[in-house]
Amino acid sequence: MDTPLIELSGVKKSFGPVDVLKGIDFKAYAGRVTALVGDNGAGKSTLIKGLAGVQPYDEGVVKFDGQEVHLGSPRTAGALGIEVVYQDLALCDNLDIVENMFLGREELHMGTLDEASMEFAAMKALQSLSVRTVKSVRQKVSSLSGGQRQTVAIGRSVLRNAKMVILDEPTAALGVAQTEQVLNLVRRLADNGIAVIIISHNLADVFQVCDDINVLYLGRMVAALKTSETNREDVVGYITGTKSMEEVA
Amino acid sequence: MSAPQLIASGQEGNLREQVNAYFQRVKNGDMGALPAVIALIALAVLFSTLSPYFLSRINFANLFVQSAELTVLACALVFVLLLAEIDLSAGVTAGVGMGLFVIMNQMMGLPWWIAVIGALVLGLAIGAFIGFFVAKIGVPSFVVTLGLFLGFQGLLLIMLGDGGLYRVEVPELLAIMNSNMPDWAGWAMVVIMVAVSFALSMWDRSRRIKAGLPVRPLSLLYIQLAVLGGLSALAVAFLNDNRSVSIIPISGVPIVIPFVVAIIFVGTFVLDRTRFGRHLYAVGGNPEAARRSGIKVASIRISAFMICSSLAVVSGILHISRLGSVEASAGRTIVLNGVAAAVVGGVSLFGGRGKLIHAALGAFVISIIDNGLGLIGLPAGINFLVTGGVLIAAATIDALSRKRSGGSLVRT
Repeated sequence: MDTPLIELSGVKKSFGPVDVLKGIDFKAYAGRVTALVGDNGAGKSTLIKGLAGVQPYDEGVVKFDGQEVHLGSPRTAGALGIEVVYQDLALCDNLDIVENMFLGREELHMGTLDEASMEFAAMKALQSLSVRTVKSVRQKVSSLSGGQRQTVAIGRSVLRNAKMVILDEPTAALGVAQTEQVLNLVRRLADNGIAVIIISHNLADVFQVCDDINVLYLGRMVAALKTSETNREDVVGYITGTKSMEEVA
Repeated sequence: MSAPQLIASGQEGNLREQVNAYFQRVKNGDMGALPAVIALIALAVLFSTLSPYFLSRINFANLFVQSAELTVLACALVFVLLLAEIDLSAGVTAGVGMGLFVIMNQMMGLPWWIAVIGALVLGLAIGAFIGFFVAKIGVPSFVVTLGLFLGFQGLLLIMLGDGGLYRVEVPELLAIMNSNMPDWAGWAMVVIMVAVSFALSMWDRSRRIKAGLPVRPLSLLYIQLAVLGGLSALAVAFLNDNRSVSIIPISGVPIVIPFVVAIIFVGTFVLDRTRFGRHLYAVGGNPEAARRSGIKVASIRISAFMICSSLAVVSGILHISRLGSVEASAGRTIVLNGVAAAVVGGVSLFGGRGKLIHAALGAFVISIIDNGLGLIGLPAGINFLVTGGVLIAAATIDALSRKRSGGSLVRT
């Protein structure tokens, strides 16, 4: 396989006396969906916050597209094309879809908002994801369902020319039909050549959409598997700590 | 460049479909200024049947002049209400501004326009002060401005002396509220309003067409402009008629009206068409989302309070112009009417929803209640009771429509 878009080696992070990440190795590839699973407290959020630049890692090497980088702030992460869609989505209910997708990066024309070009770009971004569930791009976000909101949040990262999109529990709190929609969206995101990382507790979703599965257990990466070469039972074993890579080997 | 055709933008369809879409939005709880417009018509009908003077030319002109101060104050408050904050000190800020005007103009003998600038700068400073406490230190705006509400009453007493009442004899200032424009200027105002609205709409339209996006039918724009032009032409015609009850004729549009129209227009432009306006709505809707999008939430908050306080001073200047004097208790009671006006007009107390025109309509509703109840000779107590009742009714509509638009979350 070619070079991973992001490659972490020996990444460590501690909060005071608590070592949350104890030397993590992790890879994610462009055009593939990589799952990050693990029980509560395994260190998933900390790993993600490091990638987003919100809480930089203490130690370890981060390579982005083969180049060593330092993810010191959300700005550097954003400049590299790393976008995070947090669980609460961070959308403004009182604004419409276009306004939300361009929030903080509005395009101007002679000092005033260039609504026409923003609307056009938003439509194109949603179209590239084959979104059909949204009625109008000028709908207020308050009138959208959970799945549609997720769509808007993911669409926003596409609009920002993301190379890597990290989704935090994208299907939590969604119904069956909407989960299906979002998973399809995730697949298309990867098919567009973006590296997608998904944090999820829902193994059914993980097995449906992910190409690679990485399991964290108490701050260590205990397994990096291809979805096609593993099964649900094994993954549960890694998550709960009853199984480890060394035993298998 | 061809537009993607998968997703609608809400601008498709003929006139009928556009009108249907509007009613659909109203049904979903996005009522905007509709309740205020209905209240306005109902009150006008009610008072004109109860009092023969209500629809008289002189009362019509009075209504505009009486509502001007309240309209500007309500517009000022919109900027902070959009952030789900409140400024209870806006009225007394206007009072302190008037006090500084008196000190600079009367006691120090400076020209009136320097005194006006001084008062406006004081307004900006007061806004920055409130904004600093709210945005940087995190004191609730209700508390900061309640403190200033009390403090500034004392400050104005100190500035003007106990029981002080200062006459202001500046003809240029008094003219704003007490003089009228020549007939042609009234008509010119209508033409400019319609022309600017038309030009802005056509500008938007041409950019949408260039991007290959659907546009609303032109007939809809013409109907909107005809309503705007027709109503304002009707008002101008009425005001240009002699309304005097004595032998000296009085006619023309009061000078204050183009002032207020300009404030509403510029403010609306800033809120709807600039990055600052968009960020203001965003911070009002979800401050955390705004922060994560890279918006400087604190500076947006501080600027909103600065705009609010300086516009409040403008309403104070109109107060001086109307009365020709400044009293030591200036601005104590008007602020709650200002909040009531904004909320009655459809500005949400929960932040993120509302426009300046809503506040202006609400101010008109409150002014009509005041004016009409006075004309039919009811005691002042009833006036307060009715205004209070209207405020609670408006806040209830706000809360219910918010629930309703939130309720549509369930829909897929």
